[in-house]
Amino acid sequence: MNATARRVAVLGGTRIPFARQNGPYARASNQDMLTATLDALVTRFGLEGEVLGEVAAGAVLKHSRDFNLTRECVLGSRLAPETPAYDVQQACGTGLEATVLVANKIALGQIDCAIAGGVDTTSDAPIAINEDLRAVLLELNRTKSNAGRLRTLTKLRPQQLVPEIPRNAEPRTGLSMGEHTAIMAQEWGIGREEQDELAVTSHHRLAAAYDSGWMGDLVTPFLGLERDQNLRPDSSVEKLAKLKPVFGGPDGTMTAGNSTPLSDGASAVLLASEEWAKAHDIPVQAYFTDAQTAGVDYVHKREGLLMAPAYAMPRMLARHDAALQDFDFYEIHEAFAAQVLCTLKAWEDPVFCSERLGLDAPVGAIDRNRLNVHGGSLGAGHPFGATGGRIVAALAKALSETDPDRPARGVISICAAGGLGVTAIMEAAHD
Amino acid sequence: MTDRYAQLVNTPIGKLVTKQIGLPQPPRLERYEPGDPVIAGPVLLGAAGGTGPSRLVGPVAKILKAIDAEVLTAMDQDLRTAAAEAKLDAGVFNPEAAPEDQRFKALVFDATGIESSDELQRAWAFFGPAIRRVRPSGRVIILGTPPEDCATPPLAIAQRALEGLERAIGKEVKKGATSQLVYVKPKAEGQLESTLRFLLSPRSAFVSGQVIRIGSAAAAAGKVDWDAPLNGKVALVTGAARGIGASIAEVLARDGAHVVGLDVAPMADELSAVTGRLGGSFLAADITDDDAPAVIADHLLGRHEGVDVVVHNAGITRDKTLGRMTEEQWSKVIAINLTAPQRITEELLARDVIRRNGRIVGVSSISGIAGNAGQTNYSTSKAGVIGFVQAYAPALAKRGVTINAVAPGFIETQMTAAMPIAIREAGRRMNSVSQGGLPIDVAETVAWFAAPGSAGVTANIVRVCGQSLIGA
Repeated sequence: MNATARRVAVLGGTRIPFARQNGPYARASNQDMLTATLDALVTRFGLEGEVLGEVAAGAVLKHSRDFNLTRECVLGSRLAPETPAYDVQQACGTGLEATVLVANKIALGQIDCAIAGGVDTTSDAPIAINEDLRAVLLELNRTKSNAGRLRTLTKLRPQQLVPEIPRNAEPRTGLSMGEHTAIMAQEWGIGREEQDELAVTSHHRLAAAYDSGWMGDLVTPFLGLERDQNLRPDSSVEKLAKLKPVFGGPDGTMTAGNSTPLSDGASAVLLASEEWAKAHDIPVQAYFTDAQTAGVDYVHKREGLLMAPAYAMPRMLARHDAALQDFDFYEIHEAFAAQVLCTLKAWEDPVFCSERLGLDAPVGAIDRNRLNVHGGSLGAGHPFGATGGRIVAALAKALSETDPDRPARGVISICAAGGLGVTAIMEAAHD
Repeated sequence: MTDRYAQLVNTPIGKLVTKQIGLPQPPRLERYEPGDPVIAGPVLLGAAGGTGPSRLVGPVAKILKAIDAEVLTAMDQDLRTAAAEAKLDAGVFNPEAAPEDQRFKALVFDATGIESSDELQRAWAFFGPAIRRVRPSGRVIILGTPPEDCATPPLAIAQRALEGLERAIGKEVKKGATSQLVYVKPKAEGQLESTLRFLLSPRSAFVSGQVIRIGSAAAAAGKVDWDAPLNGKVALVTGAARGIGASIAEVLARDGAHVVGLDVAPMADELSAVTGRLGGSFLAADITDDDAPAVIADHLLGRHEGVDVVVHNAGITRDKTLGRMTEEQWSKVIAINLTAPQRITEELLARDVIRRNGRIVGVSSISGIAGNAGQTNYSTSKAGVIGFVQAYAPALAKRGVTINAVAPGFIETQMTAAMPIAIREAGRRMNSVSQGGLPIDVAETVAWFAAPGSAGVTANIVRVCGQSLIGA
C-alpha cells in the first residue's frame, strides 16, 4: 500500500444535454442515459475494451430493479466488461461524491483510473405500489394456509390502487426543497431581483459558452437534443420579474425562473493517476486536490436545509491555509438562486462565521465575475445525480485554459437534500 | 379602582361597538410576572451608521445576548460585526424581502452616529419599513448622545431632534407599544444594561414618551443578579400602607430587598399587614414631626446598620382653588410632600446612614410638571420634588448615591377613584394608551431606579403616565 498520496488527474468529462422533465428524454431510462454518456467518454478518450480501475456513479431517483445501475451501464457500454463498478447516492451531491471516492482510491494507489458520474430522470420516475397494498401482499407471501391467504386477501381495498409517487420532500419535515429554501431566503433577507439577476447571468453565460463552441467537447448530443433544453439565451430580469412566486407563499421571492426545474440527464468524468494518463497519452486538464462534506441539523437546530456547503468550505480551506478569495473559479451549484445567495451572504456575515462556523473573521465575499463563469444549474437544468459530473468536467476544462505561467485553482460547492453539502478544490495542471 | 370601560372594550361585542362609534380603544397592556423573559419576541437592532461611530451598538448587542433575546439586524457590516463580537446569533432583516407579516417586539436604534440634521434621514430609513411591524405592547427605543455633551452645534441639534421623533413615534404606535429616548453620555456605555432591560420589558408598561439620561456610574455596582437585584439590600418606603407605596414595597421585596415600611400611626395595621406579607419590617411615624428624621435614622442604623434605598413616596392632596385654600391645606401638603423628604434626606446623609451605591427616589407628579387647577399646593410640592432631585444629584454623586424621581400620571388608586367621573375619564384616556396606569407601573419604575445596576442613572425625572397629553 502507498504511504503517500498520489496526485489525481482529471482528464476530462462529458455529458448529454440536460432535458426538462417529460421532454425529449421522457422515455429514456437512467440506464439508457448513463450508458450513452459512458460510451461518449469511451469515444472521446479511446477507451473501447479498456479495463478501468472502476466506475462509480449513481442516481437519486432509482427503480428497485436498478440496484446495480452503474455495473449494468458498464456491461452495456463499450468498456471492458471486467471493469468493476458500484452505485453511489448522496442526493444532489452524488456526482461529486462519486468523484471524491474514485479520486481517493487513485490517490492511495488502489486503482489507476476511473470514471465518476451520475444520472437522473424525473420523467421515467419509479412509481411504487401503495404502501398498504405492499403490506398486504407481503403478508400474503408469509401466510402458509389457503384459508389464511383468503383471509389476507379480504384486506385488499380499492384505495390501495393509488401508487406511491416519489416526492421532492424532506421526510423529516415534509417540506419540499423549495419550501426549505424559501425559509432560508427569508432568514437571509434575499430579494427577488438579486435572485432573478443570478438566474439571468446563468442563462446568458451558458448560452455564450455554447455559442462560442466552448461546450463542444463537454456535451454529446442525445435523442436529438444538442443543447440543454432549459437554456433561455434571451432570458432577462424583466421577463423573470413577471413570474409568480412558487415557493414561500404569495410574498415569496422564488419563482420557476430562479429555481432549477426537474430535469433528465447524465454526466461522466475520467480521472487517473498521472502515470496512467501519460501511458495513455491523454493530457491532464486539472488535479482533483481535496474535498469536504458537511451536514447540518435542519430538523432540530433549524439551520437552513441547503446551508451545509457553507460549513464544509471553511473546513476544507483551513486544511490548505487558503482564503476563499484565493480561487480563480467558483462553481456553486445553483439549485435555487436563493441557495447561492444565502451561501455567499453567510460567508460574508460576521455573525454566521463567528456563531455557526466558529471562525475569528468572516470567510468573506468572492468576485462574482469568477462565479459559474460558463453558466450553472439554473441555465443548464439539474438532473440530481448528473450535476457533480457536469461541474467537475467544466471546471477542469476552465482550469486547463488558464495562463500556464501561473497556478490556478477552482472550488466547487454543492448542496444536497438531507442537509448535506459537498465541496472540492481542483487546480490547474500547469507543471 | 377598576377601569370598566377598558374591560368592556376588550370584550368582542364591546370592541365592535366602541370601534364603530369611534371611542378610544385601550389595549390590554402586558405586565411583568416573575419568571418572564425580559422580552418575549424578536428585537430589531439598527444603527444610524452616519459619519460618527455608532458607539452603542456593541454594548446593546452584549445586553441583548445577556437577556437571550432573539435579535435581527440589517445585513450591515458594522451591525453584523458588533453582533458577532457579542456572540449574538442575530438573524437578518431585509425590509425589501421581508414577508408582510414579520413582526418585532422591539425596535432598538442607535442614533449616536447621526452628526447633522441631514443624517436624521437615517432614522427615517430604519423606522420607515419597521415601525408598522411592532407587536402589541412592543417597544421602540432610540439611543443618542446628550446634546449637552455634543462637541459641535450640528451634532447637538441633530441629537436634540431625536426627542421629537421619539415622542411622535410614541403617539403613532398602537396597541400598548411604547417609545423612549435614552441619552447615554460618552464613556457611560457600560451603564446602559439596567435601563435597557427595564425599557424592553413589560415592567415599563405605562412608561412612554420619556427621555432618560445615563451617565457614568456613581459607584461600582459589582456583579448584578438580575433576577433578584436587591438581594441583601434594605429599602425604606414612606407611605407604604396602601396604594402606590404598598405596591413599591411589594416590588422592592420581590426584587430581594428587606423593606422597611413607614406610615403614620393610624395606618399601622394596614402597614404591618403589607410589610408582614413581604417579610419586611415597619415603622409608624409622622414624617412631619420634628424628631421624625432622627427616629428614622436611629431605626435604620439600629436595626439594619444603614439603608440602601430610600423611597420618598408619602404624599397627600388637599385640593382647593388657590383663593379658597386655607393656610393649613397649603402648608400640610408642602410639609409632607416636599419638606419631609428634604429633612429626612439631610439627616440620613449627615449621619451617613445611606450606604455606597445607595438610591434615593422621589415621587413627583404630572401635576408638578403641568400644574393642575385646584392643586396649587400639590403642584408646587411635586415641582419641588423635581428641584429636590436636581439640587441633590451633584453632591450625592460624589458619595456614590443616585437620586431620581418618578412622576406618575393617572394611576388607578383610591385617590383617583374618588374623582368626579368626567375628570377621571379625561385623565384616564388622554394618553397614548387610552387608560390609567396601575400602582405596579410606578413601583416597577422605582425598582429600576433602585437597582444596583442603575448606578449611571441619576437626576432623572421619569413620567409614568402612558405618554399623557398633559404636561407633555
